[in-house]
Amino acid sequence: MAKVGIVLVSHSARVAEGIKEILEEVVTDVPIQTAGGTDTGEIGTSFPKIMEAIEKAYTEKGVLVFYDLGSAMMNAEMAVEQLSLDKVIVAEGIPLVEGAYVAAVEASMGHDLKEVFKRVKETFSNNQ
Amino acid sequence: MNITVNNAIQWMKRMHEKVNEHKDDLTSLDQAIGDGDHGINLARGFNEVMKKLDTVEYATVSDVFKDVAMTIMSKVGGASGPLYGTAFLKMSMALKDKESVTKADFATAVAEALNGLQQRGKAKPGDKTMVDVWNPVVSYIRDHEEIDWDELSATAKRAMEATKELRALKGRASYLKERSIGHIDPGALSSYYLFVSLAEVMKEGE
Repeated sequence: MAKVGIVLVSHSARVAEGIKEILEEVVTDVPIQTAGGTDTGEIGTSFPKIMEAIEKAYTEKGVLVFYDLGSAMMNAEMAVEQLSLDKVIVAEGIPLVEGAYVAAVEASMGHDLKEVFKRVKETFSNNQ
Repeated sequence: MNITVNNAIQWMKRMHEKVNEHKDDLTSLDQAIGDGDHGINLARGFNEVMKKLDTVEYATVSDVFKDVAMTIMSKVGGASGPLYGTAFLKMSMALKDKESVTKADFATAVAEALNGLQQRGKAKPGDKTMVDVWNPVVSYIRDHEEIDWDELSATAKRAMEATKELRALKGRASYLKERSIGHIDPGALSSYYLFVSLAEVMKEGE
């Protein structure tokens, strides 16, 4: 059964890859893609890279996109608009590492996109 | 006043020159209150824009802006990529299929660009961002039947300088809180270069 995919957008390729490693310790059946750094491998984010990562991680259950800093969010939102896939959510205001971790666990349980995102949001609203 | 395809291309060329000429100023401002990549990123973006514009014969201003938008979006890694990309994409959409761009068309296009910028960056006037330059320039163009290009440049300059005393509420500079006061916003400076470039090109064409 398809699981909700996860995309990790970071200004740093190594940060994105590092988080992917952490997630893969706990889940093996969730598609996880990274879009770290610019198209020339520098610090920053790349809108084409993010589009590609979303397409690769996309399943019939959709994709949840996590990001680190402001311009990553802007590029992620632009990628989502350009792709016009119905099931993509950018996890706005959610911490990248912890958010993606909770999402990976919830996605692995087979929940749909809305449910996964709801549980991620609940995790962080309880902490405040 | 009409903006032609040639004006649009000359505008981008002038912006490309200015960004390269002032790359270090943009970068040092951004080092003070941001992540230090604004000059390099914009220079790279507009270098790519020049390469793109050189290879295509354009029929409309809208098509020029669309290629500018897509190039900047794809090639600029910092916040200026999605922001300038969105601004040009909105202008391109507002001017779609128009063979000749009148002052009224242009006023609509820059107003749409400003809306797009505010949505994309979630910034309001007074947040110490490029919006603080776009906002008064858009109003100036809307409110004047005939554009006085020197007046437009002066409007952009005053607005850009006024960002110095603001505290940043958006972008990387917002993490610095009150320490962001005392520096001009780098996005406001690059937006000032953008409008000065337009004014120079239009004035030369008159």
